[in-house]
Amino acid sequence: MAWFRKDKTGLAQQEKKNIPEGLWTKCKSCGEVVYGKKMEELLWVCPNCDYHFRITSQRYIELLLDDGKLELFDLNLTSKDPLKFKDSKKYPDRVKAAQLKTGKKEGVTSGIGHVNGIKVSFAIMNFEFIGGSMGSVVGEKIARAIERSIEMELPLIIISCSGGARMQEGILSLMQMAKTSALLAVLAEKKIPYISILTNPTTAGVMASYASLGDVIIAEPKALLGFAGPRVIQQTIGQDLPEGFQSTEFFLEKGFVDKIVNRKDLRSTVTSLLRYMWIN
Amino acid sequence: MGTGPYLEFEKPIAELEKKISDMKDFSIGSDVELSGEIASMQKKLDKLRTEIYDNLTRWEKVQLSRHPKRPYTLDYINAMSTDFIELHGDRYFGDDNAMIGGFGMIDKQKVMFIGQQKGRDTKEKLFRNFGMAHPEGYRKALRLFYMAQKFNVPIVVLIDTPGAFPGIAAEERGQAEAIARNIREMSRIKVPIVVIIIGEGASGGALGVGVGDVVMMLEYAWYSVISPEGCAAILWRNAIHAPEAADALKVTSPDLINLKIVDKVIKEPPSGAQNNLQEAAEYVKEAILGALDELKETPVDILLLDRLQKYRHIGEYDE
Ligand SMILES: [Zn+2]
Repeated sequence: MAWFRKDKTGLAQQEKKNIPEGLWTKCKSCGEVVYGKKMEELLWVCPNCDYHFRITSQRYIELLLDDGKLELFDLNLTSKDPLKFKDSKKYPDRVKAAQLKTGKKEGVTSGIGHVNGIKVSFAIMNFEFIGGSMGSVVGEKIARAIERSIEMELPLIIISCSGGARMQEGILSLMQMAKTSALLAVLAEKKIPYISILTNPTTAGVMASYASLGDVIIAEPKALLGFAGPRVIQQTIGQDLPEGFQSTEFFLEKGFVDKIVNRKDLRSTVTSLLRYMWIN
Repeated sequence: MGTGPYLEFEKPIAELEKKISDMKDFSIGSDVELSGEIASMQKKLDKLRTEIYDNLTRWEKVQLSRHPKRPYTLDYINAMSTDFIELHGDRYFGDDNAMIGGFGMIDKQKVMFIGQQKGRDTKEKLFRNFGMAHPEGYRKALRLFYMAQKFNVPIVVLIDTPGAFPGIAAEERGQAEAIARNIREMSRIKVPIVVIIIGEGASGGALGVGVGDVVMMLEYAWYSVISPEGCAAILWRNAIHAPEAADALKVTSPDLINLKIVDKVIKEPPSGAQNNLQEAAEYVKEAILGALDELKETPVDILLLDRLQKYRHIGEYDE
């Protein structure tokens, strides 16, 4: 399901371009060249075409939560190697490399914070951690975030960014889709709101579970969203894909997201929604 | 038995079968007494068969799950139930022929059958889209799950798919949303759900109808987050490494028992279900009725709690 990771012509390359470096940054989407400091002010959104560069989990926490404060939970959850999985690398080595690269133990940061004074259970996926792939720990941290919502009666906000299930944990990673979705059914029965926020990219196992199950689903402009990866589809049907296929805009047109929201408006949009859905 | 097509590892069996059959033909038209010889070769054949099938690699089992003569969902339904009434359509878009469903009777037990359906010849394969459902297939399944709940009929899901279809139309109609919704809703359906992987259980395409109280698989079926070829294409950069990927992913029935994902393995007739549909269907039927006996006695609130807990605890991590 995590189809993208060795796709040199696709996202992997895009990912590199997305990491801001140097004084000037070239927009991946339109080619516009923007001064780096200016990009920081623009929240890494291209002033010419609205393309949203990937930003860190920490940056989103600062953008969305009051005082940029998140009381962190489940910090010590780390992956095991249940399958003793080895391809060109051993799975534990991949995890270690990702930990060094990100300074995080796993691909989800989660906890409790406030959005304009409204207390929420919050979780965000980190694409830099093995492509945001969902293994046992990612599934467990999302599950616990949902449980905190249920037990403490807090609205749930999840920011997704993932290529899908983590192949190196095999069937256990597939089952995280069921684990998280089953808990979301309980959350829904309690009438506690869940806002799902989709960023570039959200696909496969994550898109086919909790990312698609928000009461409200909002997405950043021009993100890649879908079930199957573009290359898999291309190979299956043997023809080129239409322009804009599997983008946020395509998802809006087809009826699978509620709203495209620019990063600068994320906080105000979430606040408005929570006032309707949660605050009397 | 004894007519092809054969898989690579079946070739020694095929050769010996041919020898025996030739000898039988010869003995009919001649006075030479060969029955002793034939009997001894038959013994040798049985031994060879056991040897080969007891030592199949994971990749060989994956191939067996795709055997051209392997029974498909409707074969099992027709073999083990009477008065099957197929129901069509998702009521929104259309009818997906890769996903079938309807009421059936297993002995005196009413059930709602759901499952992916593959085709046998080229024309039928295309008609069934190789058992790869579109969103309307998952939505048809969901409609039938709700109906089963409404009329208090237990659900039996037979899974056999190389995956949910990856295509333009599938994306346009929300493949991810359809699967996600099914997974969530199946976790709360208020009747027993028995899931059996009868052939291929690939990824979200399988799980999209695969949440249940009891999950079983046939001896030579496979179940995985991704097909061995798909995994090999990504991690080994070439699908020819599928045998290594099958080993790494641990996709066979003993693996899934070890990983505690599957509750029970349903044994197949000697050398696989393709050799004896009636016998295979008998085993499947026994397994379904056995599972339902217990589930039917379970109060609904306990049933749902157990189902939630079953999935809640899947995953391995340190803390
Ligand atoms: Zn741009």
